[in-house]
Amino acid sequence: MSEREPNIHDPKKYWLDEPKNVRKVIIALFVVCAGLFVADAFYHKHPHFQAEEWFGFYAIYGFVMCVGLVLAAKLMRVFLMRDEEYYDKNE
Amino acid sequence: MSSLNPGLILVIGAVLVPLLPQTLRRWYLLALPVVGFVHVHTLADGTSVTMDMLGMTLEVLRVDGLSRVWGYIFNIAAFLSMLFAWHDKDTMQQVSAPIYAGAAIGAVFAGDLVTLFVYWELTAISSVFLIWASRTKRAYKTGMRYLLIQVGSGVILLAGVLVWYAKTGSIEFGNIGIGTLAGNLIFIAFGIKCAFPLLHNWLQDAYPEATVTGTVVLSAFTTKLAVYALARGFAGTEVLIYVGATMTAFPIFYAVIENDLRRVLAYSLNNQLGFMVVGIGIGTELSLNGTASHAFSHILYKALLFMSMGAVLFRTGTCKGSELGGLYKSMPWTTGFCIVGAASISAFPLFSGFVSKSMIMTAAAADHRWFVWGVLLFASAGVFHHSGIKIPYFAFFAHDSGKRVKEAPWNMLLAMGLTAFLCIFIGVYPKALYDILPFPVDYVPYTTAHVITQLQLLMFSALAFTVLMLYKIYPPELKSTNLDTDWIYRKLLPCVTGYVGRVIGKIDRMIREEAFVILGDLIAMIERQHGDRAPISQTMHAGTMALIVISILFLFLVVMLV
Repeated sequence: MSEREPNIHDPKKYWLDEPKNVRKVIIALFVVCAGLFVADAFYHKHPHFQAEEWFGFYAIYGFVMCVGLVLAAKLMRVFLMRDEEYYDKNE
Repeated sequence: MSSLNPGLILVIGAVLVPLLPQTLRRWYLLALPVVGFVHVHTLADGTSVTMDMLGMTLEVLRVDGLSRVWGYIFNIAAFLSMLFAWHDKDTMQQVSAPIYAGAAIGAVFAGDLVTLFVYWELTAISSVFLIWASRTKRAYKTGMRYLLIQVGSGVILLAGVLVWYAKTGSIEFGNIGIGTLAGNLIFIAFGIKCAFPLLHNWLQDAYPEATVTGTVVLSAFTTKLAVYALARGFAGTEVLIYVGATMTAFPIFYAVIENDLRRVLAYSLNNQLGFMVVGIGIGTELSLNGTASHAFSHILYKALLFMSMGAVLFRTGTCKGSELGGLYKSMPWTTGFCIVGAASISAFPLFSGFVSKSMIMTAAAADHRWFVWGVLLFASAGVFHHSGIKIPYFAFFAHDSGKRVKEAPWNMLLAMGLTAFLCIFIGVYPKALYDILPFPVDYVPYTTAHVITQLQLLMFSALAFTVLMLYKIYPPELKSTNLDTDWIYRKLLPCVTGYVGRVIGKIDRMIREEAFVILGDLIAMIERQHGDRAPISQTMHAGTMALIVISILFLFLVVMLV
């Protein structure tokens, strides 16, 4: 896709342009997630529901539901996606 | 002054706008909501101003805890959006925006249903100009659809009010409840403006087609006015819990696959309304406080997100995820403000959504509604996914589109900066918001458990996004249109009416062709009888004529004599 290519010469290198820095960000995210998961052992919960007492419930729920959301949405594309001018054709 | 509905300051004030020169106009437009805000602040709770008209008593001004919250935030939103639009010299928008904002404020302070109806329709009529101001054919058509639905909501409201008046003899706008014809009609009228599931699509259809600044204005008022009206008339209506829960969940699927980033925001606006509707349905003091506070913080962060996407559209000319990326390099401030809005809508600790949305979640849990609570939790994770990550990621990071543009104009940056400040201020110092809520607040947002669980939920959704991206499972941004309920009236109905029209046309043609044949036969017959040299049109000689006359006379004589 040609429009995706930089159309202006921009000599400046940004920190995130380095793949290894992007890796750093991702690793930082993994570390934070691991820390938060373990943190469940160190505080007192006041749950309304039994499920909240399970270790790491919020973390697992967040992860699983989001993956489910994206996969379901991707599936929806099969049925719902039309080209951009779909409505402009005969309106 | 103390008997003036604060909404009228903006509505009447707007009329003078065209008379002022541009340089003065901008200051004047900023001043109007400031005066409005101060006026709301000076009005005492319990203020009521009535007016007799056509034998009915209209309560043109009513002030209480509920209307005050909306009065404050609507004026703040009007101020921020005027500042955002400072550079724009379009008179059409400079007049319609304050009328629209003023009408919404007027509706909030209306004490009776007739006054409410008048302002309700005024919001519809004034707001459509913010869409038409795009001045494209597409925007014109979208505006027409928007207007039909908005005015339709008003007509249903009026029908409901008339039935209500005939039944109860009162037009006071208090608790209405469903179950009666009047109640149901009013409920549906509110539901349309609140974008209930299946009645929602006008929002995603219209908002992304408005102007750069128009969408920011639109995002604040119509739907939140509907939330206010529902909270006033239908608090504790059980069905709202399920309606609201559905609203939180299903728009986020669309948001994930939508390419137009302003349309993504419209879907997430819909999802946030769901939380407020659930709060109304539960109907406890905690949940209604949650609805009011969430409406307050939502208006701010949603405006902020629409502002940042507006700035992107203003500078790059597009708002499509498939064409953007890497803009943090040239629009760093806009990027930063967008991230504040994203963090607020995602309810990160220290941002506004954290202290308001959780009240509704807690109220749902306290009511032992595990299923609804689970849906809301899913929607909370999902909103971070599509609004919190997707919006900033595809606009400002992702694959560098190579677009190098100027940073947003100073007035846009200032408007975004102020809004971002308020988002953080509410998150850090929630007492300021809690103090203006309709009921006394006995709620502590910052507990260890709440902070950690919320961070777990959010960071693991971020993890899900990252993993899906790394494995290239995440659906890429594609130029596309996704079918939603507007398909019914934009494609199906025209198709059906077109088909019916063609069938009728065919039958019509058949009948007419047949008629022509019959007519032709008839003409031919007449021709045969009366045409040239035909028996009837033949001329006769005078002698023959005389003979005929004499024969008739003779016949007559015979008859007479006999």
